[in-house]
Amino acid sequence: MRQAWAHRELWGHLGWQDIKQRYRRSVIGPLWITISMGTTALALGLLYSQLFNEDTSTFLPYVTAGFVIWAFILGCVTEGTDVFIANEGLIKHLPAPITVHVLRLVWRQVLFFAHNMIVYVIVVAIFFTSLDHPYKLGSDPVIKPGLSWNILLVFPGFALLAINAVWIALLFGIISTRFRDIPPVVNSFINLVFFMTPIVWHAGVLHRVTGDQGGGNWRLLIAELNPVYHYIEVVRAPMIGHPIMWHHWAIVGAFTIIGWTLALVALRNWRARVSYWV
Amino acid sequence: MVSIDVWNASVDFPIFDAKSRSLKKLALGKVGGKIGSEGRVPIIEALHDINLSIKEGDRVGLVGHNGAGKSTLLRLLAGIYEPTRGSSRIVGKVAPVFDLGVGMDPEISGYENIMIRGLFLGMTRKEMEKRVDDIAEFTELGDYLQMPLRTYSTGMRVRLALGVVTSIDPEILLLDEGIGAVDAAFLGKARDRLKDLVARSGLLVFASHSDEFLFELCDTGLWMDEGQVKMQGDLREIVTSYKGYDPYERFTPETLDRISQAPVLSGNGGE
Repeated sequence: MRQAWAHRELWGHLGWQDIKQRYRRSVIGPLWITISMGTTALALGLLYSQLFNEDTSTFLPYVTAGFVIWAFILGCVTEGTDVFIANEGLIKHLPAPITVHVLRLVWRQVLFFAHNMIVYVIVVAIFFTSLDHPYKLGSDPVIKPGLSWNILLVFPGFALLAINAVWIALLFGIISTRFRDIPPVVNSFINLVFFMTPIVWHAGVLHRVTGDQGGGNWRLLIAELNPVYHYIEVVRAPMIGHPIMWHHWAIVGAFTIIGWTLALVALRNWRARVSYWV
Repeated sequence: MVSIDVWNASVDFPIFDAKSRSLKKLALGKVGGKIGSEGRVPIIEALHDINLSIKEGDRVGLVGHNGAGKSTLLRLLAGIYEPTRGSSRIVGKVAPVFDLGVGMDPEISGYENIMIRGLFLGMTRKEMEKRVDDIAEFTELGDYLQMPLRTYSTGMRVRLALGVVTSIDPEILLLDEGIGAVDAAFLGKARDRLKDLVARSGLLVFASHSDEFLFELCDTGLWMDEGQVKMQGDLREIVTSYKGYDPYERFTPETLDRISQAPVLSGNGGE
């Protein structure tokens, strides 16, 4: 790990290169990332606000923020399973620590995330007037306090998410290099996770479905037992002025510690084996 | 002190097929119990019980049939493979030139490729920026360095790769066959530079099938056969026993002239 930090210029440069590279021969360049995210978020936001009969002006920012964060998680997990397999050539030909490839991947995803944040900024600017005071998100009984200086929490929140992305990519990468069934399993499972996680719907809906206000706690477990929900909430809540719930932070913190321990154990035991397995 | 030491090292490759890579096999295997060798992953022993000690100033030529383990040995020496049994110790900054297509991006320019390769070899961006001019001059690629790499010929890629590794002052230089694509004039230049490097500080291990290149760059030899070191010693003796003839008998006088900086052959030239 320390060696990989010493190589930071390398993966930093490679991550940039990946982005520049992708658009080298295209006219609009990196804006494509933003545009595709914009259209998807817009379409999903409009569609689901109608389906759930929610107020578009508050629901659209909600979906956008959630979807931008989801795109980051999705990228890190799916590409993470593939990170060593895809870099087979480099691993076999140049003696660099394998963590370089993981950090390059996460750094690239962070840059993508930064591109996508443009969409979020635009959406929030448009709907700012309906977000800057306490509001209700559709049928959710909890009153949202609205945008405030809490928005700065997005930085530590995202930093925490990115730190988690590194261990996820590292651990999944090592395991799926050895067991090649993992990437397809993860790829098919991740779609399910997307729909199970409150991204295009919100946890408040679970109250409405049960028909009472707070009695349907077991249904809330659908969201609460889903680790991805906590990860998203840590970053999303400050972005759109939702109440900051510290239990999300605690859960994500616990996952960070457990995950890093696992990943470091895997790294210690199998680091040298990865070049044999790819 | 630059050195590579390898003790009783073996490199075993597990051969995973769809079955043995699968988790299902692992999970169900416990229940059903192992049946004979079916539960085991077959292994290819690429290197077996290697003992080596290469010291500063050594220029080792690696010979052997295809599949004898030359490339695997080079990767072991580079630290890419850690021995599955035995141990190895590598002291010094390693610069490998194996496959020229790898680690080079065809879409970006020669300059950018120089930068990336340098960073991979442990340089910082600033150090590389200082060296870019030197590399440009050495490779004689000139304005081509602005062009994307896909427009380069094989020989030009070799020049670029050699330019980078020789410019970063490596201590351990590992070359696999394939650098033969450059023309004679450049090879002479590269040879001088490589010799210079090795003389300054460092060692060279070079795998090749071409006698000429071997003798131009190396002085000692190592014959790999079926994953084991078959012979080690003076390059001329090694090549003679490996190929069954004395390579010096087949060199043209010009080649001999070039090689003849080595004192051994002064009386032996010509046919």
